Amino acid sequence: MSRTLSYREALHDAHFQALSEDPRVFLVGEDVNCYGGTYAVSKGLADHFGADRVIDAPLSESGFVGAGIGAAMGGLRPIVEVMTVNFSLLALDQIVNAAATLRHMSGGQISVPLVIRMAMGAGRQLAAQHSHSLEGWYAHVPGLRVVAPATVADARGMLLTALADPDPVIIFEHVGLLALTDELPDDAGAVEIDHAAVRREGSDVSLITWGGNLPKALEAARQLEAAGISAEVLDLRTLRPLDDAAIVASVSKTHRAVVIDEMWKTGSFAAEVCTRIMEQAFFELDAPLRRVCSAEVPIPYARHMELAALPSVEQIVQAATEIARHE
Amino acid sequence: MSDFNMPSLGADMDEGEILAWKVKPGDSVRKGDVLLEVDTSKAAFDVEADHDGVVEEILVEPGRKVAVGTPIARIRQTGEALAKPAPKPVAPHLRITPLARVVAKDLGVDPAKIGRGTGIDGAITRADVERAAAKHEEPHVEKAPPPPSGADKSKREGLRDAIAAAMSRSKREIPHYYLSQTIDLEPALNWLEKLNAGRPITERILSPVLLLKAVAHAIWEVPELNGYWTDGALNQSESVHLGVAISLHSGVIAPAIHDADDMSLEQLMAALADLVQRARHGTLKASEMTDSTITVTNLGDRGPEAVYGVIYPPQVALVGFGAVMSRALVIDGQLVARRSVIATLSADHRASDGHRGGLFLRAIARLLEHPESL
Amino acid sequence: MSTLPDQARCHALYRQMLRIRRFEERCGELYKQQKIRGFLHLYIGEEAIATGVIDRLEPRDVISATYREHGHALVRGVSMRAIMAEMYGKVAGCSRGRGGSMHLFDVQRGFLGGHAIVGAGLPIAVGLAMARKRLDQGAISVCFFGEGAAAEGEFHEALNLAALWELPVLFVCENNGYAMGTALARSESQTDIHLKAQAYKIRAEVVDGMDVLAVDEAAQRAISAIRADLKPYFLECRTYRFRPHSMFDPELYREQAEVSEWKKKDPLLTFRAQCETAGLLDEAAVQAMEQEIASEIEDAVQFSEQAEWEAESDLLKDVYTPRGAP
Repeated sequence: MSRTLSYREALHDAHFQALSEDPRVFLVGEDVNCYGGTYAVSKGLADHFGADRVIDAPLSESGFVGAGIGAAMGGLRPIVEVMTVNFSLLALDQIVNAAATLRHMSGGQISVPLVIRMAMGAGRQLAAQHSHSLEGWYAHVPGLRVVAPATVADARGMLLTALADPDPVIIFEHVGLLALTDELPDDAGAVEIDHAAVRREGSDVSLITWGGNLPKALEAARQLEAAGISAEVLDLRTLRPLDDAAIVASVSKTHRAVVIDEMWKTGSFAAEVCTRIMEQAFFELDAPLRRVCSAEVPIPYARHMELAALPSVEQIVQAATEIARHE
Repeated sequence: MSDFNMPSLGADMDEGEILAWKVKPGDSVRKGDVLLEVDTSKAAFDVEADHDGVVEEILVEPGRKVAVGTPIARIRQTGEALAKPAPKPVAPHLRITPLARVVAKDLGVDPAKIGRGTGIDGAITRADVERAAAKHEEPHVEKAPPPPSGADKSKREGLRDAIAAAMSRSKREIPHYYLSQTIDLEPALNWLEKLNAGRPITERILSPVLLLKAVAHAIWEVPELNGYWTDGALNQSESVHLGVAISLHSGVIAPAIHDADDMSLEQLMAALADLVQRARHGTLKASEMTDSTITVTNLGDRGPEAVYGVIYPPQVALVGFGAVMSRALVIDGQLVARRSVIATLSADHRASDGHRGGLFLRAIARLLEHPESL
Repeated sequence: MSTLPDQARCHALYRQMLRIRRFEERCGELYKQQKIRGFLHLYIGEEAIATGVIDRLEPRDVISATYREHGHALVRGVSMRAIMAEMYGKVAGCSRGRGGSMHLFDVQRGFLGGHAIVGAGLPIAVGLAMARKRLDQGAISVCFFGEGAAAEGEFHEALNLAALWELPVLFVCENNGYAMGTALARSESQTDIHLKAQAYKIRAEVVDGMDVLAVDEAAQRAISAIRADLKPYFLECRTYRFRPHSMFDPELYREQAEVSEWKKKDPLLTFRAQCETAGLLDEAAVQAMEQEIASEIEDAVQFSEQAEWEAESDLLKDVYTPRGAP
């Protein structure tokens, strides 16, 4: 049996399952209890599991992320919801200096089985302080695992896998995906998070992306097909550790790649992907690599300006056409 | 030979000042001997040799402050031989994709014979190589100009060939647009005359230098005219290296005055005089021949009223100045005779648009109307 | 002055402080010989606090501390060999040479670091208390930190969380008057740190951190209160560091007269005098302790000298937990 549900519902169901199955699991974050979660992911969970398992935190990002780290070290399985990646900057010290380092600094004595979830991304006219894409910053840090579910199945499964992981896992949930729907088997559960996934096969150019830009890449691939260009769409899923083999395999097949990333181009995660292609698949390339990233500007409020700042289907199509054109 | 570097005497030491050397070149030192005294932000320390050897050279004199890790002396270890740098092989550059290069090798095709390819910016792609292999002949896409070389060619022809190739490429690839503006030079020339009045001839500033300075500063306002068009995109330069067209018997060259925007008029005057001198004697440096980020050509001393130049690729703009002459201008509603010049801009439409180009010429005019700001 | 306990206890307390003092002195020498590298922060002058507090804990309690934590690790029972080898950077060290002086860990003994970002240990201690409360009711989380941490937001966030969520945390502020070179009055508008804790409705008191008995008594009060109601408690122990902040510190920020004045309150001197007056300690007993401690330290140094360096091929070890581990 299967049913249709949204990305948001998939996240909710995953929490429900995790809280039911393991008494060590608890959810902590701003407005996760009484308010039901900023994005309504945890709506109703407190009624079922109580205020001890679904804990409202004061606006103390560093404090409650640090507490999550301590709780994880101490044997619990916390899920810390940071409202958005923007606010996670207030907890950067705990994530980078503690969560990522404790296992190493202790010579392997400690594991930090912590899951941090954060909403991210632009597209909802939330302007310059609530629209960031900074997943590449976190992917920079050894000791962390960074995932970006782009599908309903991954939204549900990645949380469960992350909870089973002995190390800190950061889950980036792009706000543009919350309303995405898909059909999911009733018994859909944990998914592996070691590999990228080819979401659409193609032979002329690889469109490489993750998270919130997967729908744009898929739409671009449809338009390219109409123009006679066969695009393969690769969803990286996990940004750290990165599935190099999948990237190399796709590029070795198409010999051209466009990397789509909502981070700003300078120092973007796309830059890392491109560099790995250069290092590992240089002699497979039949055209220069292209990146479609956000414009180098804080995200503007006005709708048309915000859209102009973000990667668009048109830009992806244009970049792919440029490097995949045939004579 | 090994460099002896400014040591780190603590995790928060970034630099040290050399107070005194306790050794001199030629001295033999043993590991642990005190070599010098270093002052840090916190205290003075004696620094010891880390291996036996002979002091070859002191690189940093007492009184100077250098960063940790900076070589401050050379110490030769006993029996150590000098390594000779291997000569660099020189290969002709071929625009070919990595994959096409591999496929060409597999198929036994000489990619140098393919000519211009069909890929991005004329790159040879795998498809070009496969087509060439299929035809068992050189596909004629486009013949590159013959390289300027060979003992039978005079130096003059060599330069002519190079100009021919560059200018052809420019006109073939660069969609030029042209703008011009007449600039009232009366304020600038009056100001200059006053400035020069008290100076010996050797220290006077000539008017072309004022024009160069105005161009260099106008670039700050419209930076997209300063840089290169490469790989299908504008790469703006942060530095302003002004190429100055200099006419030689064999043709024209445009060597660079580096960081012209940071120079005073006096420095710019000296740099220009030096450049012209060395251009005529053929002693320009390689970097001066390749670093220009925008070129200025001034034909004023030859009489034409205006010059509409050809951009030197991969640059994206060229500024021209014609002769300075009296023209009838309307100033404050009155028709008056004023010394003026026609400034022109040839610019690459891929990198900028006429609107921006117009702003640029207007900025030059404004700067020249207020010469004291230069 | 507090009432002295029995002779065995007096000996134990004095011996523990002396052990820290001599260990730290040796570390300072080894640093100058470049056997120990990186930053080295010595606890000399502050020995009474770790000695008085940690001695009153149970094995199920957990401790987190700062980069000035050698003394705490020693009192908690982390082996001197493992601590010294850690500072040597050897694989036999308590953190396998990956942490160094600032990051001592011994999970077996509930010694959970060694946190070198000022203030960052407090939220972690709060989380450890959440886990203790849920998994082993009555166990507590003890967090040592300096008064400099009070300027960090994490200090305030952690105090609020511990009080709000009613967590069994013992906060021990080691107020030595200087955050590196910045005197307390130059960084805080309110220099009575315990008042900040009280503002969060946490029970808090000021303790003479130079008096091991005063610390011992306050620790007993605090610990039994926490075990009874599982709510936090805050001790502000006023103390002084006799040595520079770290080894590369010319001490431009304080007068030698001030240091001399505080040295009159040296916790070892005053406690020894007190014990001697009461006839509970004599020169012979002290000499015996000195000899035992000297040989323990010598053994730790020899052990560390001879210990192995970790193979470079293991570089990437312990960044992630091996898959399949619990």
